[in-house]
Amino acid sequence: MYRAMLLARRTDERMWILNRQGRAAFVISCQGHEAAQVGAAYNLRPGYDYLYPYYRDFAMTTVLGQSARDHLLSLLGKKEDPNSAGRQMPGHFSSRELRIVTASAPVGVQYPQAVGSALAFRLRGEDGVVLVSGGEGSTSEGDWHEAMNFAGVRKLPVVFLVQNNAYAISVPEELQVAGSIAKRAEGYGFPGVAVDGNDVLAVYEVAKEAFGRARRGEGPTLIEAKTYRLTAHSSDDDDRRYREREEIEEWRQKDPILRFERYLFEVGLLDEEKKEEISAQIKAEIDEAVEYAEAAPFAGPEEALERVYAEA
Amino acid sequence: MAVRNLLQAIHDALEEEMRADETVMILGEDVGRAGGVFRVTEGLQEEFGPDRALDTPLAESLIVGSAIGLSVNGMRPVAEIQFADFIPPAFDQIVSEAARFYYRSNGAWNVPITIRAPYGVVPGGALYHSQSVEAYFCNTPGLKVVAPTFPKEAKGLLKSAIRDPNPVLFFEHKRCYRLLKEDVPEEDYTVPIGEAKIHREGEDITVVAYGLVLHTALEVAKKLSGEHGIEAEVVEPLTLYPLDRETILDSARKTGKFLAISEANITGSVTAEMAALVAREAFEWLDAPVMRLGAPDIPAAAFARPMMDAFVPDAALIESAMLELARY
Repeated sequence: MYRAMLLARRTDERMWILNRQGRAAFVISCQGHEAAQVGAAYNLRPGYDYLYPYYRDFAMTTVLGQSARDHLLSLLGKKEDPNSAGRQMPGHFSSRELRIVTASAPVGVQYPQAVGSALAFRLRGEDGVVLVSGGEGSTSEGDWHEAMNFAGVRKLPVVFLVQNNAYAISVPEELQVAGSIAKRAEGYGFPGVAVDGNDVLAVYEVAKEAFGRARRGEGPTLIEAKTYRLTAHSSDDDDRRYREREEIEEWRQKDPILRFERYLFEVGLLDEEKKEEISAQIKAEIDEAVEYAEAAPFAGPEEALERVYAEA
Repeated sequence: MAVRNLLQAIHDALEEEMRADETVMILGEDVGRAGGVFRVTEGLQEEFGPDRALDTPLAESLIVGSAIGLSVNGMRPVAEIQFADFIPPAFDQIVSEAARFYYRSNGAWNVPITIRAPYGVVPGGALYHSQSVEAYFCNTPGLKVVAPTFPKEAKGLLKSAIRDPNPVLFFEHKRCYRLLKEDVPEEDYTVPIGEAKIHREGEDITVVAYGLVLHTALEVAKKLSGEHGIEAEVVEPLTLYPLDRETILDSARKTGKFLAISEANITGSVTAEMAALVAREAFEWLDAPVMRLGAPDIPAAAFARPMMDAFVPDAALIESAMLELARY
């Protein structure tokens, strides 16, 4: 868990450096969300359960098996990018093998699709679970409510994870969300849980319970993981226009990675030596990934015309 | 052979595909217990159960979005939007999602769904039960849009749509549901997506039409042949996107005179694409300007009958256009 969180963070940080150096056109970040994502994704059975991620779910895809190299290839839009071969911006994850369903930019569209995949598991009598994720801004969309309602009506094996990071681009939570997100689940007939999204073990625990309920045929669960976005919305967004630096600094004190690190030190699962070793491994992995991705070829212009329609 | 109308032919295609492939299912508002507002899906829930003939909440984006999710997890869903007029809430799921899954994942995820949508003017239908919205979707690579008019092609095309690995929009003209019966094969057959059909051969003018106005055009063509000796070639596109350009162009080049008719709002309609195609690719064969007929650029057909009748090109209007073209 610690390694996945740290790999996601360090890779993300490197992406911003590449962007500021003019070597990467666009970055969208998972920084601050690592605990929420890793805690939830650890319950997925890769290649069996389905994941419908949103554009910040970098650390989730890391848990499922996407590497720093995969993410760098995607960042630079190279042909080997496993998500889209350079067709989409970074952050639009996809892997058929890992059952990460291809994502798009419009907000909230993944929820009805996720309940459809959950319904397919139900129709076949299988115990597959669908994890679908989004930010708190996506709970303003009609698609979210339509999907919550249908999941409740049919008791579908789906786990809704809302990563409430307090901002939908520039609009703060108090202008975006009426009442409590977690409590809305009650109106749709299933449990909703609010959890500290910066505590990876707490998220893991509530997600484990939710996955268990889904597998036992007891229906959906909504998890609201309360966290914070440590970067601007994207590399093209200037968050100084809408939030104070002090606020970010306050949240940096609650950094989910530092918090987990402290815990691991306390219980004796991590020490300085081990920490240095993991850091060095991750740095080497990222260095290699940057080098590899920068040298990797782009798809040719003719490939833009291919694979519009699937052949029978 | 069995004598079937359009509505029955569509029902039969659904029933046969559901029997042949257990992943085929239908979903939508009222499609299950009620058997569909037009009775297209009548009896399917009795035979296949409430899961494979599934009544959904009244939520169009959910209906199409969940069909996408079903399809990527192994099912072949046929989603019904009860009237084409109510498709806008599902627009994002169709255009931004279903149409792009395959392209944006570089071929990893395809979306084998069919979306059925009854369209077209029907008495009493008015603004929100009579629209022809097909053009919205005929500008979207990744989608296939079909609109058969006769029972035989409808049955074969619906089977093709269900078996197609891509999202297919299947438009059914409501007023054609019971307009005509014909012999429809009972054995399994398909009609390929992307191929137009020549309903009537002719040397003098080409008329391309679909839906209710295709019936009208065929009647007028028969009349002009008897009264004036004018032989119109009448072509039904069957697939509106991507168009069967070859069949349309071959006919335009043969007759040198081209008229395209639909009951959609004329500006930006599918007939505009045909007109541009013929003007560009058959210009040197043409003996007259390319002509089009369609609905005026007003929101939709009105409730009151005289205003409704003014919306759809009628036999008199089609006859005068065909005569004008023939005599040009």
